Amino acid sequence: MREIIKDKTIVQDDWAVLRLNEEETPDAVDVPGGKVIVPLKVWLEQRDSLLPRLKKQQDIAVWFSSDAQAKDLADDVSLFSLIAVDFPKFSDGRGYSIAYHLRSRYAFTGELRAIGDVLRDQLFYMQRVGFNAFATREDRNIQDALKGLTDFSDSYQSSWDQKNPLFRRTERSVVTP
Amino acid sequence: MYRYDQHDHQIIKERIAQYRDQVRRRLANELTEEEFLPLRLQNGLYHQRHAYMLRIAVPYGMLSSDQLRKFAFIAREYDRGYGHFTTRQNIQFNWINLEDSPEILEELAKVEMHAIQTSGNCMRNITSDEFAGVAADELIDPRPYAEILRQWTTFHPEFAYLPRKFKIAINGSKEDRAAIAVHDIGLTVVQNTDGEVGFRVMVGGGMGRTPILGTVIREFLPWQHVMTYLEAILRIYNQHGRRDNKYKARIKILVKAIGADVFAQQVEEEWAEIKDGPATLTEAEFKRVSSYFTTPAYASLPASDATFEQHQSENKAFANWVRRNVKPHKVAGYASVVLSLKKPGVPPGDATADQMDFVADLSDRYSFSELRVTHEQNLVLADVQQSALFDLWQEAKAHGLATPNIGLLTDMICCPGGDFCSLANAKSIPIALDITDRFADLDYLYDIGDLELNMSGCINACGHHHIGNIGILGVDKDGSVFYQVSIGGAQGNHSAIGKIIGPSFSAGQMPEVIERIIKVYLDQRITNERFIDTVQRLGITPFKEYVYATPINTLIHHGEDAGAAVAY
Repeated sequence: MREIIKDKTIVQDDWAVLRLNEEETPDAVDVPGGKVIVPLKVWLEQRDSLLPRLKKQQDIAVWFSSDAQAKDLADDVSLFSLIAVDFPKFSDGRGYSIAYHLRSRYAFTGELRAIGDVLRDQLFYMQRVGFNAFATREDRNIQDALKGLTDFSDSYQSSWDQKNPLFRRTERSVVTP
Repeated sequence: MYRYDQHDHQIIKERIAQYRDQVRRRLANELTEEEFLPLRLQNGLYHQRHAYMLRIAVPYGMLSSDQLRKFAFIAREYDRGYGHFTTRQNIQFNWINLEDSPEILEELAKVEMHAIQTSGNCMRNITSDEFAGVAADELIDPRPYAEILRQWTTFHPEFAYLPRKFKIAINGSKEDRAAIAVHDIGLTVVQNTDGEVGFRVMVGGGMGRTPILGTVIREFLPWQHVMTYLEAILRIYNQHGRRDNKYKARIKILVKAIGADVFAQQVEEEWAEIKDGPATLTEAEFKRVSSYFTTPAYASLPASDATFEQHQSENKAFANWVRRNVKPHKVAGYASVVLSLKKPGVPPGDATADQMDFVADLSDRYSFSELRVTHEQNLVLADVQQSALFDLWQEAKAHGLATPNIGLLTDMICCPGGDFCSLANAKSIPIALDITDRFADLDYLYDIGDLELNMSGCINACGHHHIGNIGILGVDKDGSVFYQVSIGGAQGNHSAIGKIIGPSFSAGQMPEVIERIIKVYLDQRITNERFIDTVQRLGITPFKEYVYATPINTLIHHGEDAGAAVAY
């Protein structure tokens, strides 16, 4: 069990993330029991055997590496209640577009979780593109990280969280100097 | 010009609070330097050789007199009494303390300014034509679109951690003065045959290690779709741009690798999903933003002013300044004035706090309290009555801002180089000063005529050397510094990348090298031919042959001048 941020609060979480070591391959790796987030490639390779387990127990989720794309999972997204996107480095911004696509193009409505190098100063942007859960880095204070979600009270442009840009939401006017 | 409403103010206020806390956490070691780096960069703060450098956004180059006065204040209070205007129409201060930076942002916010996304791997400040709204050859004023895109790019959540920096330029005139072909996205506001307004969209231009001119991927994009279409471009780039090698990470490399046609097709497919969605620009919002860019209260004047004409015929120095530094205006009786920041002995683009205060006063008295920064690192007073030009010239001259050299060899574009920048391989400012010295004679300079000389202290090409008619690049070879020279580069409607003439030179040889190149031009030119025309007609061979024909003298500085040409 560890703490994560989900829907703006800190909660206990019992999902394990399966990461392959160098000797393991997506087609042959043993997927352990319990709630496990498997690499997308493992899902794609072992779909036939994992699908019945998923349908019966809902204890399988997938995670995207940053070089994957939402279309790699495509319509399977609707099978999952949880999908994660990995940030190998916080400065690798591909995960933002993966998240946006999962939400907008593939209409994913379940939990979308950022994992990996997930830090306070990126959370505001992450929640805007569709993430609602954050497994923040465990060597950092999660209470502090929570503050990152409220850095800004408004935004100019549309994204997943806010479908309308500022100019469609409000009557903008001149402030007299 | 654009004014903030309560939403703009709120967003900037929250940004400062966020940044102040980031600085606090860095100083308390709650953030590692590696984690802090992209955060401070996206707020314009670089660590340089001697101190932090803070780059402040001047959106599409437009400034009010109060904003310029604030720069003067910052220069005095937090820096060493001067600032440096950049090729991206911004200003940077070179001697900033990290601890002061949140305070400086508070000061900037008071005049509706910020340093957001002036660095880092994100969408940068939008640049445009310094004569937007007043140019005689303007078709459509690009500034409302530039402001709309400024807001769209500001804190865009999806594109804050791109593979590399991303620069957008926008032009609305016949002549391209925004160097759009060397930007990641270059937009030209155009009208189609039905008279509808839209954009010609160019992508994949850039300088740096691999100079490439952009390719048009869409001839006409109706104006309503500018944000959704750009979103599609950025989404493709964010996912597919290379992240394994920073020198191959710009969008130009991606476009080149997959082909502009394939890239365009991917963009169209991505766009199809969001086209006509809520991010589509509305007539109402366009009108609202446009209302800030209305024409000022111009006086009704005759097309030419008798005293202005008289002063020109009686005063050769004034006439020279008019010829080079005064530009045509779309309103009768008005002109635009370029104040040169290329005075001999001063680093190109530098202005002192006193000069900034003075220029702010000038703009209050002569030009509706507004001014612009040019990508050639000069300042523009856009709306001056012709009858006031003589007085303005005399005042500007007294403050060292009337060097009559706009568009001439000494109106160089030059990066801060190795004197300040930790990326640079070589110094650029001392070389610029030595060359300026060599071409100090005005008659000689005028005889040479239009010539763009651009210099960068390293391959990052901040000094736009690739598109200089003469380009100089500082390179490091086994610990020694050399300068590589190219000719034939050009910006504007006939943009071209310059060709390297041969082996590089030492710093001391540079004035002589430039003089030899000029000699070939002067000997070979035919009537009314500009330098660039002669180079394009002849190719580089005659220049190359003459430059390398005999040993090249080396300029050596003696006494106080030795070693450092710049002193403050």
